[in-house]
Amino acid sequence: MEKISQSVVKKDHLPKITGRSCYVGDYVGDILVGKMLRSKYARAKVLSVKVPELPEGYYYVDRNDVPGDNNVNIVMDDTPVYAREIVEYIGEPIAMVCGPDEAVVKEILSKIEVEYEELEPLLDLRLATEAHFDYEYGKGDLEKAFAEADKVYVEEFETGYQDQAYIECQGMMAEPEADGRMFVHGSMQCAYYVHGAVARVLGCGPSGVHVLQDVTGGGFGGKEAFPSILGSQVAVAAKKAGKAVRCIFDRDEDLEFSSKRHPSLNTYKIAVKDGKITAMDIDVKFNGGAYTTLSAVVLQRGIIAASGVYNVPNLHVRGRALKTNSTPSGAYRGFGAPQTFFSVEMFMNHIAQDLGIDSIDFKLANVVKQGDGTSTSGIYHFPVPLVDMLNEVDAKTDLFKKHKEYSKPQTGRYRKGIGMSWYFHGAGFTGSGERDHIKAVAKLHKYPDGSVEVLACNGEIGQGLRTTFPKIVAHELNIPLEKVYYDHPDTARVPDSGPTVASRSLMVVGELLRRAAIKLRDVWVDGEDQIVTENFKEPDFMIPFYIDKFQGDAYPTYAWAVNAIEVEVDTYTGVTKIVNATGNFDVGTPIDWNIVMGQMEGGFLQGIGYTSTEKIYYDNKGRMRNTTFSDYLIPTSKDVVDLNCMLHVEKYPNGPYGAKGAGELPLVGAPGAFVEAVEMALGAGHKINHMPFNAEEVIKELSKEV
Amino acid sequence: MDAIKFVLNGVEVAYEGSATDRLLDVLRDTYGTKSVKCGCKEGECGACSVLIDGTLINSCCVAMGAVDGCSIVTVEGFRETERFAALEKAFAGISAVQCGFCIPGMILAAEALLSKNPHPTTDEIREGLSGNLCRCTGYNAIVSAINTAAKEGNGLW
Repeated sequence: MEKISQSVVKKDHLPKITGRSCYVGDYVGDILVGKMLRSKYARAKVLSVKVPELPEGYYYVDRNDVPGDNNVNIVMDDTPVYAREIVEYIGEPIAMVCGPDEAVVKEILSKIEVEYEELEPLLDLRLATEAHFDYEYGKGDLEKAFAEADKVYVEEFETGYQDQAYIECQGMMAEPEADGRMFVHGSMQCAYYVHGAVARVLGCGPSGVHVLQDVTGGGFGGKEAFPSILGSQVAVAAKKAGKAVRCIFDRDEDLEFSSKRHPSLNTYKIAVKDGKITAMDIDVKFNGGAYTTLSAVVLQRGIIAASGVYNVPNLHVRGRALKTNSTPSGAYRGFGAPQTFFSVEMFMNHIAQDLGIDSIDFKLANVVKQGDGTSTSGIYHFPVPLVDMLNEVDAKTDLFKKHKEYSKPQTGRYRKGIGMSWYFHGAGFTGSGERDHIKAVAKLHKYPDGSVEVLACNGEIGQGLRTTFPKIVAHELNIPLEKVYYDHPDTARVPDSGPTVASRSLMVVGELLRRAAIKLRDVWVDGEDQIVTENFKEPDFMIPFYIDKFQGDAYPTYAWAVNAIEVEVDTYTGVTKIVNATGNFDVGTPIDWNIVMGQMEGGFLQGIGYTSTEKIYYDNKGRMRNTTFSDYLIPTSKDVVDLNCMLHVEKYPNGPYGAKGAGELPLVGAPGAFVEAVEMALGAGHKINHMPFNAEEVIKELSKEV
Repeated sequence: MDAIKFVLNGVEVAYEGSATDRLLDVLRDTYGTKSVKCGCKEGECGACSVLIDGTLINSCCVAMGAVDGCSIVTVEGFRETERFAALEKAFAGISAVQCGFCIPGMILAAEALLSKNPHPTTDEIREGLSGNLCRCTGYNAIVSAINTAAKEGNGLW
């Protein structure tokens, strides 16, 4: 193993395990508790709000208290801080009540009378027509390919919501400072996103705000944009009260009203000639919910991945994020790609069944290799290791043999299946985002005592940045790891190195830090205080990407994965037991073996949860029905066997020591592998094209006549 | 009404508040034992786990009246022990701590398990942790760390 991959004790290990780390809920002092007044209807006009007389020290805060713009800057600016006249989803925050005693705050909330005029909500994605975003791209001659095909297949796939279910709920706090600045801190991924949003809402300019990321109890995308909204809400409240205000969500509130993964409805039409796919015509619909939040970028990633890891010479993709009167959907690890990879992988299986061949052989006949064109007419510049990785998975699991064996008719109560999916995750921001929008800057500050501080804004959310960033710097400077440290970022003192998203932090910012360390090494003078700065540079091999046409290299490189999941389905109860879950992941050089394995295992299990037990139910009014961990079921330690994760290393020359994006990859492919396995166990004739697929779904499927 | 007397991390305390107050809130707000985390307030996630007379219990589901005469241990107390040191070392060795929010509860779950069963199988460890949700790790590293602690800390439990 390379030295940089050797594991170290994580820098935040000791404070966390001893319980000394300070999360946003752990601050003490004179802090007002904020709680939301939320809409009861999915769509309604708010005619009046009657607030009872408030005891001294208690405040009612709504849109009239916003000093600047009542719109939260995310990608667009349509998400209100506090609701406008029309509320657009159940739970939309109309106002916040804050004060010293939580019980009194709750009592006040219960006495507020809101008069609504109910309006007809749009709750069904199938009926939605208003597009937040509508994209289209393609290549080749679709018409010709379909006309010349041996066979044309059409199928629709549906995927559900998924909640990030970080164990620490959303929580933000704002404190007015003596110098007039607003100090906003809490549980978040992207300090500068919050900074920009709050400055706009307070109308104070960037210097009037600073934002600190507190120790954060998990994010997974759920704390990418949402803290900009909650941060704006507490900042407005703190401004009004002139005191610190903290709002921490209850679990049911978090499950119901914070952003979740987009449900999707994807229709595929595929042409096959001589055992090869010649064309795909794909229509992707994502349920964006009431406001746009991050739907644009989630959808972009989803549709770029829509044709999977296959060579498709003739391609047309249309993708829409549609408005419904539901909680706005948002970022979740994988960012649109799990939905489309599930669809394309299942469709490949179904076509292979019709052609009478093993789906693994059919996939092998169509898989991309280095030098092939991507969906957006870019190029896979670097080796595509999927076939080697598949063979490695076979060596561990006996996949090829079992795949054929379990496909034969089975009888008896317990039936077996094994599924395989393979896929990529584009490393870093989509398209020219890094070059045009992010323009990351990172710095190193060397102090006279020889210690070096990393100055960047990427948040430690469990993925290990407080350890891996210093590891890179210490390695390059050849100094002990203890001499290099990285604190939680405060925008008052660190540059904007871009958001903690898109599996970009280690690959992009880590490389900036590596280069900064080389610079520092060259100018190092003992005993002096020195700062070096490094700016993002676009790799020179990239084919420029045009987002208006979806043409060019959408990503500089890709992380790759092959998953195999073996199951045993109890046909009496519908319960599916996972016998083996194997994931082979190529994220380039692991900067720390344990940290990367922890990411792979954790992400893989989230993917398994997504596709098996994590189903969200809504009633016909648009209210989420299962808002506790008793009925929204994320995997427990007892639900799974040991996950079998392996690393296959294809180095990326522009990442630090060959590292590529890692965090999101392991989640993306579990649905394709799991659902194929369940389908196989249920036997020929059962064609599954939706997920999550829990015990209830198995029973429904078994009750169908086949 | 008499104060509610109990032992917190080896120290006798008397709680003057209501018997209906929630143990989780009292531990965090009155006694400042902030290692006890609130993840759901409904007894599902285990982040607020404490040991009450050696049994692992979600403190969010306990009214103060129920702890009269009990001995309660949180990580603030447990971290001073050799057993904690063995678990801490094992967790460090495999980087089993990610976001950290579930970890104090996990550590106490491990202590509760190993106290009853010093040499658990993997399945028994998974059973022992099944009331404590972790969303980061996929559990592999935590299970493995407890296995290691049980072996390396042989005799401590």
